[in-house]
This record gives sequence, C-alpha cells and structure tokens, in this order.
Amino acid sequence: MSEANFAFVATSEKPQLPPPQGTTGAVGWMRENLFSSPLNIILTLLSAYAVFSTVPGIFNWAFVNSVWNATSLDECRAMTQDGACWAVIRERYPQFLFGFYPSELYWRPILAFVLLGVALVPALWDGMPKRGAALMASMTFPFVAFWLIWGGFGLEPVSSTQLGGLLLTMIIGVSGISFSLPIGIILALSRSSNLPIVKSLAVMFIEFIRGVPLITLLFTAHVLLNYFLPKGVNFDIVLRVVIMVTLFASAYMAEVIRGGLAALPKGQYEAADALGLGYWQNMRLIILPQALKISIPGIVNTFIGLFKDTTLVLIIGLMDPLGLVAPTLADQRWNGIFVELYAFIAFMFFIFCFAMSRYSMYLERKLHTGHR
Amino acid sequence: MSVSTVPADTSFQFSQLWRDARYRSYTIQILALVVALSVAMMLVMNAVENLKELGKDFSFSFLFEPAGYDIGQMLVEYSSASAHWKAALVGLLNTLLVAFLACVTATIIGVFVGVLRLSNNWVVSRLMAVYIEGVRNVPLLLQILAWYAVFIHVFPAPKLAVKSPVIEGAVYATNRGFYIPGLTFEGSYQVVVATLIASIIGMVVFRRWAHQRQEATGQILAVGWISLGILVLPTFLVYFASGMPIGLDYPVAGKFNLKGGVKIGTPLVALWFALSIYSAAFVAEIVRAGIMAISKGQTEAAYALGLRPRRTMSLIVLPQSLRIIIPPMISNYLNITKNSSLAIAVGYMDLTGTLGGITLNQTGREMECMLLLMATYLLISLSISAVMNAYNESVKLKGR
Amino acid sequence: MKKMILPIALGAAFAAASFSAASAGTLEDVKERGKLRCAVSTGLAGFSFTDENGQWQGFDVDYCRAVAAAVLGNPDAVEFSPATGKTRFTMLASGEVDILSRNTTWTFSRDADLKFTFLGISYFDGQGFMVKKSLGVSSAKELDGATVCIQTGTTTELNLSDYFAGQGMSYEPLPIETNTEGRANYLADACDVYTTDASGLAASRATFENADDHIVLPEIISKEPLGPLVRHGDEQWADIGRWVLNAMKIAEEKGITAANADEMAANSKDPEVKRLLGASGEMGASLGLDNDFALVAIKAVGNYGEVFERHLGTDTKVNLARGLNAMWTEGGLQYAPPFR
Repeated sequence: MSEANFAFVATSEKPQLPPPQGTTGAVGWMRENLFSSPLNIILTLLSAYAVFSTVPGIFNWAFVNSVWNATSLDECRAMTQDGACWAVIRERYPQFLFGFYPSELYWRPILAFVLLGVALVPALWDGMPKRGAALMASMTFPFVAFWLIWGGFGLEPVSSTQLGGLLLTMIIGVSGISFSLPIGIILALSRSSNLPIVKSLAVMFIEFIRGVPLITLLFTAHVLLNYFLPKGVNFDIVLRVVIMVTLFASAYMAEVIRGGLAALPKGQYEAADALGLGYWQNMRLIILPQALKISIPGIVNTFIGLFKDTTLVLIIGLMDPLGLVAPTLADQRWNGIFVELYAFIAFMFFIFCFAMSRYSMYLERKLHTGHR
Repeated sequence: MSVSTVPADTSFQFSQLWRDARYRSYTIQILALVVALSVAMMLVMNAVENLKELGKDFSFSFLFEPAGYDIGQMLVEYSSASAHWKAALVGLLNTLLVAFLACVTATIIGVFVGVLRLSNNWVVSRLMAVYIEGVRNVPLLLQILAWYAVFIHVFPAPKLAVKSPVIEGAVYATNRGFYIPGLTFEGSYQVVVATLIASIIGMVVFRRWAHQRQEATGQILAVGWISLGILVLPTFLVYFASGMPIGLDYPVAGKFNLKGGVKIGTPLVALWFALSIYSAAFVAEIVRAGIMAISKGQTEAAYALGLRPRRTMSLIVLPQSLRIIIPPMISNYLNITKNSSLAIAVGYMDLTGTLGGITLNQTGREMECMLLLMATYLLISLSISAVMNAYNESVKLKGR
Repeated sequence: MKKMILPIALGAAFAAASFSAASAGTLEDVKERGKLRCAVSTGLAGFSFTDENGQWQGFDVDYCRAVAAAVLGNPDAVEFSPATGKTRFTMLASGEVDILSRNTTWTFSRDADLKFTFLGISYFDGQGFMVKKSLGVSSAKELDGATVCIQTGTTTELNLSDYFAGQGMSYEPLPIETNTEGRANYLADACDVYTTDASGLAASRATFENADDHIVLPEIISKEPLGPLVRHGDEQWADIGRWVLNAMKIAEEKGITAANADEMAANSKDPEVKRLLGASGEMGASLGLDNDFALVAIKAVGNYGEVFERHLGTDTKVNLARGLNAMWTEGGLQYAPPFR
C-alpha cells in the first residue's frame, strides 16, 4: 500500500479562499455593525440624522462663525448672527481662572497649579524612578500651595474673599479629595469593625451625612457654624466649605470602601489572623490593599462627584466659575451671553472629570489581577 | 505564641488596658464614646451660650405665624396668610413631586439608553456613550441653570404662545411654564373615583389568581387584555352613568398669563428635565452593568430549554440583573431626591427654598429651620431606602 | 498610608492660619487686620458693581471706602464681599464682614429680631414696579394675574404680598436671588413685572438696551429707608459707622467737597466745620479714631451729594433725581444730627 494510491489526500495546504464578498472591509463592518436587522437600520438612520442635524451646526457655531475679538455682545452680533461670541471668554478668562485674585500676583496660583502637576506625577506614575523620595517631596505641596495662595511669611497676604473661579474649585476639590480618602477609610473600618460603640457612631455619622443634601451642609457651614464654635473662634469661609465638602465626600467614600471590604473573601481575614498579624498590620498589609483596589471605580466616582459638587458653593455666595456668570452678565456689555459662558464652564469641568474617569479605567485595567 | 501561654499573674495591670486584646476593645470604645459625647456637648453648650449672647431663644413657635410670602407652584392650598409650617409643607410636597417625576423619567430614559449603549449598532452605542460621558462629567447645577436659561429664552412669552399652541385650546408651551387641562370635580365624582380604586384592586387580585392558576394547571389566560378590561370598563360605565361628574378645565388666554388649567412652571420643568437627563446617564450605566453581569450561559441555557427571546429576557435575564441593579438604583433615587434641593438655583420653591430659604431669612431662625430641614431630608432618605430595601429583599436570591 | 500625612498636615496648616484671635472690638480687629470687610450687593448699577478692572464701584461701595478712609486712612483698604439678599444677614451676623452696605431696608424686625444696628439712612427709597410699555399698563392696580419677578429674602417680597392682598388681586411670584437674575428673567419675558426698590428699578432700567420700552409705574407701595448696618453689641463701631455717614451729609450741607476739604479745614470760620474736619476739638478721639477722620473720608470719596451725583445722579445712566434724598435745606429728607 503505497501512499500514491490515496490520491485524494492532500499533501500540501490549499490556499485559503477569500471570505465571502461583503463580510470584510468597510462593507462587511457596516453590515455587521450598522445594518444587521431592520431595527438596526432604523436606529442607524435615526442616529445619523441626529448627528448630521446637530454636529455641523454646533461646529459652525463654535468654530467657523465664532468671534474672538469684540468688546460687547452687540459688537459680536453685528459680526456674526449664528456664531459663538468667545470674546467674552477672552476678555474675562483671568476672572474665570482666578476670581478676584490680584492680577499682579497671578504667578502665585499659576505656580501652585504647576506644582500640583509636579506633585501628582509620583502619585499617579508608579514606574517613576525614586518614587518614595518623590512622594515625600510631594507631601510638602499642601504647605507650599497654602503659602503661595494665601500669602504671609514674606508674600503679600491675599484674603479668601478674593479667591474665585477655577482656583477656588481646585482648592476645594483638591483638599476635599485628599482629606476624604483617609477619613473615608477610617470610617469604613469603624463601620465594619466588631466594636459596637465605634460601629454605631460610624453608622450614625455616615447615614446622617448621606441622608441630607450637600446644600444643607453648606448652609450650615455658612449660617450655623458660628453658633457651634466658642465665641471669638472664627473659621475662614473657604475652610468651612472645605470641611463640609470633605465630611460629605468621606461618608460616601466610606460606603464605597466598605463595599470593597465586604467583597473580600472571608478567607483573607482568617488567613491574616492565622498569620498572627495584629489588627492594623492585618489591615495595612492584607485587607486594605485588596479592598481599595476593588473600590477604585467607586472612589474615583466619588472624587468626580466631589469635584462637580464644588459648584454648589455659588449658592452660599462664593465665586466659583459658575458663580462668576452672574457678575459677567451684570455687565451691560455682556448682558444675555449665557450660552457661551455655560459652554465654556461645562467644557472646563468636563476636561477634569473625564480625565479622572479615564485614569480610573486605566488603573482598573492595570490592577486587574484576575480575581475579585 | 505558644499554646501553653497561661497568664500566670492574674492581677490587673494598667498597661493591659492598651496592650491586652481583651481590654483594648473596651478602652477604644469608651474613648470613642467619651470623645464623641464631649464634642457633642461642646457644640450644644456653645450653641446655647451663643444664642443667649445674641438674645435669641430656641423655639418653633414661629412656624405658626403667618408666612407673608407667596409661592408660585403648589400642590395644596396656600396663601401668604398661611402659617410658616404650611409653607414648609408646600415645599416638602414640591420636593417630593419633582423627585418622583425625575425618578420616573430618569429610569425610563436610563433603561433605554443603557440598553442602546449595549446595542451592537456601532453608531448608536457611540452616540449613547457620548451622551453618558458628556452628561456625567458636567456639574448638575450648571445643567439646571443652563436648561432654565434655554427654557425661558426658547419658548415664547404667553402672549405669543397663545397664537401657537401645542394643541389648540388645550396645551400651551410658554417660557413661564406649560399649561395643560386640569380636572374639575363636581357632583358625585366620589363614586367614579371609588370605582377606579376598586377596579385597580380587582385587577391585582385577578392577576394573582391567574398566576396561581397557571402554576397549578399550566393554562395561560390573556392576562393583559382582561386586566385592561377590568381596569377601564367599570370606571367608564360608572362615569357616564353618573352624568360625567369629572370634566376638563382648559387653559385660556388671560391678560398677562393663561388662566385655568394646570400650570407646570418653568422652574419645575427645567429642574425636572435637568435632573432626568443627568440621572438617566447614571441609570444607564447601572443598567448596562446589570445586564453585562449576567453570564451568556444563562441566555443560552434558556434558549436550550426552548424559551423564546422575550421570555428569556423577562423570565431569566431581567430577574437576575434586577438583583444587581436594585442596590445602586436605590442610592441613585436617593441622590435624585437630594439633588432636587438645587431647585433653589432656579427659584422652584422646594423644601430648601421655603423652610431653608425664605422662612429662614424672614424669621432669622437659622438654627430651628436648619434642624427641621435636615431632619426632614433625613426622614425622606431613610424612608426611601427602607421601602427600596424591602423591595430588594423580596427579589433577593432566597436560600443558599 | 503615607497619603494620610499629607491631608493632616494640610489641615493643621489651614487651621493654624484661619483661627482668628478672640475679638476685642470690631475697631481693633479692623485696625489689626489693616482692612475693612464690607458686604455689598452682587451687582446693581449705581450702587455696587465691578468695573472692567475688577474694582468695586458705586454708592454703597463708596460708603465703605469712606469708613475705611476714616478708620485706616486708606479708602482702598476694603475687602468687598458680594452678598445676595439671602446671604447678607448671615454674613454680618457670623462676623464674616464688619459692615453691611447693601441697600438694606431698616425695619423693626431686622433691628429687634435679627439684632442689627442701623447706622442711619443713606437713601430714602420705596418699592415700585417696572413693566414693559407694550403691556399697556399704567397703574399697579391693573396688574391682577401678572407674573412678578421678586428677590427672595427681602422686604419687597412681604410688601408685594401685602399690596396684592390689600388690592384683592392675585399674582404669580417668580423668586430670584440677585438683581442680575431678575433682569435676565424680566427681559426674557419670564415675568411681566419686576419689582424692587424704585432706585434699583431705575438702575436696572438704565442698563437696558431700549430703556424707553420700559416704564416704572407711579405707585410706590412701601417705605424703604436704606442704610448701612452692623451687628448689635459693639456701640463704638456702630458710632463710627453712623458718624462717617453723618459727616458726609454735614459736609454737603456745609459745602465741603473732596476738592476743598483741606482748604476748609484750614480756613473755615464755621465752628462746626472746624470740629468736623478735626481743626478744633477732640471729636475723633472719642470714637477711637484720629481727629481728622471725617476730613480723610471726605477727601477720599467726597460729600454725600458728590457720591450721589457720581453714581446715581442725573448725569449718570441711572439718572435719579435727588428727590427725598436732597438735603433738608433743599426740601429733602436728608438731615444729619449736629456735630458737636
């Protein structure tokens, strides 16, 4: 029996046939993703209509027909009928960035912004050489920023009433974020501890804060805090707001982290106990690193929420970017230009919040080690 | 750490309070309690002293004095001669109204968007992603203000709106709000209402019976049609039999505003709209996560059993994903309720606007107003979570 | 948990820097701080607004500058905090500001219940209504059923309700927080009527593109004596505020202006002028100030009439006649107690 008798057995691989027409390339992709069923076709057409009826209009409004050089809304309208009047932003952007901060001292908040960026590098980039030392250096940032922004010790003092715009948002947001995480961890640990008194105190605090709107807390900071402090002790309004925003965010943070703690298999706790670790070692080395990792999306969502919630300070009269819209509109030259202002502020917040959410997704992917 | 470690010396040493795990938990707890109590005491003492210093007393009697201000949107009878507590009640109902409306619409839009986001249609899912990301990353307060500005600038003033009605003689959209026909009650309308309530109860009973019957015998009734009939027919018959006691009150053009009908003011519309659009993005993400968490095997197994896609969805996938969806949904509803307090930015008189706003300002009773305000919100939040948790309990996986 | 060190340290730094020392008296606090803290309106043409350089200007603002000049010798040593109708009283009560100069009506309950001391009347005002001419309304009595824009937390809210109830008319309130919002809503036709103090109406109308399309109705439905105010309990500080305002009025009565103040101080024969400008007597010292406090203040902002004409007068866009706010010698109500 020689092999030659089995002529139908192929000894060499046949060349692959091309895939059927229309299942590859652009056409195939469209068939698959856009026109796979009648419902899909309708949806696609509807979406396409929605996109084509809005996007070019917005694009033209924002870029093509927009006006950058004008000194009043009337002047803008004279130049273009259906374009954005970004001139107001061009004229007022220092206010939207720094509020009423003295203009000759702008370098101070700018330097603080830059330093914040530098200080964040070691915290966000874990592959950085000499990360430990850099983190220590980052920790001096709050002092430096505080000194730069409020002055004193050789710099001209600037009062809190002059803070505003994005600067105020960043002050409240950054300090709120950096305070609420540790406080939230402590609260979460208290709530899931087996000490009944500590636990119930934590439950009361968390449920109270989560049960009331942030506005009422800000009102309290604004209206009532002075009643609760000894006579003569007076907190700065920005500090009061930071405290309230932090307390608010920590309660939410605590719940997020508690979720992470609860999601850990009981075996982790038991194994750590079996190793003879004390409570704090146990938490620090075994439980928290895992629990925090699980909670990253929730933590970052809380951060984003906090950052967005900083706009609420306008209700108690602080001049955050949104609060500055009213004084701008009060200027008779810019009366009625709200769309551009709202669009600009929305864009500003979007950048920060979107960046934060993307970073959390990146972190999630990177730390995903297969088990939950 | 050997097994034979037995405390030889049983006399108590002071350092044991901290070093010995048996006592340490007591030490920590007592310390925490002392700290918490002394902070609370300090706050209360300070408040008492400061109030005394300012010559203010602590009393809720102001609630029974005439409020003296008017409110634009209200669900119960109220005038400026009514007492402050009545104003607070109007505010509370307004809060609940907008929160309820926003929860309903946010859920509807959110489920829709969440499902479309998962669609395999590339354009649609991208579009939904843009919507979700765009809305979630912009502060809600800004969105409320922006929608309000859009509403008052885009819709015509009442004078012009009368000339271009949405539905001639019945529905008008103005920049001050939407006008729709209202209901008028006269004669023996109670009978009609009672019949309606009875039919609703009847319908529920019927559905339960039909379900049990199906479980027992396997026979399926046309439940949908029959319950619709039970709901509609008796009410209609009674309505016409009793001489149509419930009529419609149409809005008509007045000198300044439209008169009659029901007015849904722009502040309410803007707030409702903004809250719905904003919260729907969160609902969409919750729904998406819920559906994605159900493994594909569940669907395939259901197909293998011969269930059709719709039944698979309603009997297999949805009940399971509901379990995942409900807890985050609860906190989302709570958030909507709390966020409704931003009403103050557009002049919608909710609880924060009346009790925590004008009443506080006109009476100067900061402490009392803020305490009441917080207590009320706390109560609302706790009730919502209690109800929703009970529901969650009822759909939770039993056993195991 | 290295991250925890950072916030704790930040907190400590924050707290250390923000605890202010126990207050001995507002005057000492202001002097020590070197700045006067003054709450003004968030934006009301003529009364308080920011110019293109971000500097606060206006009638209410100038009063603050006068006080700063009298107390600290520098009219620019003021920190202005914009306050809405709602936040103003809490700002003052909580000690966040030293003085509130934001066209605030002097009423019994604000004096007795809210525990504030009014320093005098800087502007006699009354609540009015503004409508569009196209509505064809010529009297407030024809406003039955109208939608009214109204600032919350003000006396106007209560007056309005009383007035309509008294006339047996109804209205729909549209509550707003600031004058800017009120103007935006009114111009967008979200309300038919805008009501606030007549001066505020004139000020808003002045900024409209077509001011002639709007009219202020003849009815004035309330007395609105506007003035600056301080907290109860610090009489010295209240006296300073009161007498700076009075000094500005007396200066107008005596013909002292920013330009001629120095000369008047040196050459005037009038004993009251000499006392006022610190050329004789020890009047300032009894307030805890320099003797020439009024001279410094008047040199900084001018007398009452000058301030009025500069920000509100008939040559400005606001275009308000002196009316009730003329000196008593000219037939108005502005009348300062004698400086002796």
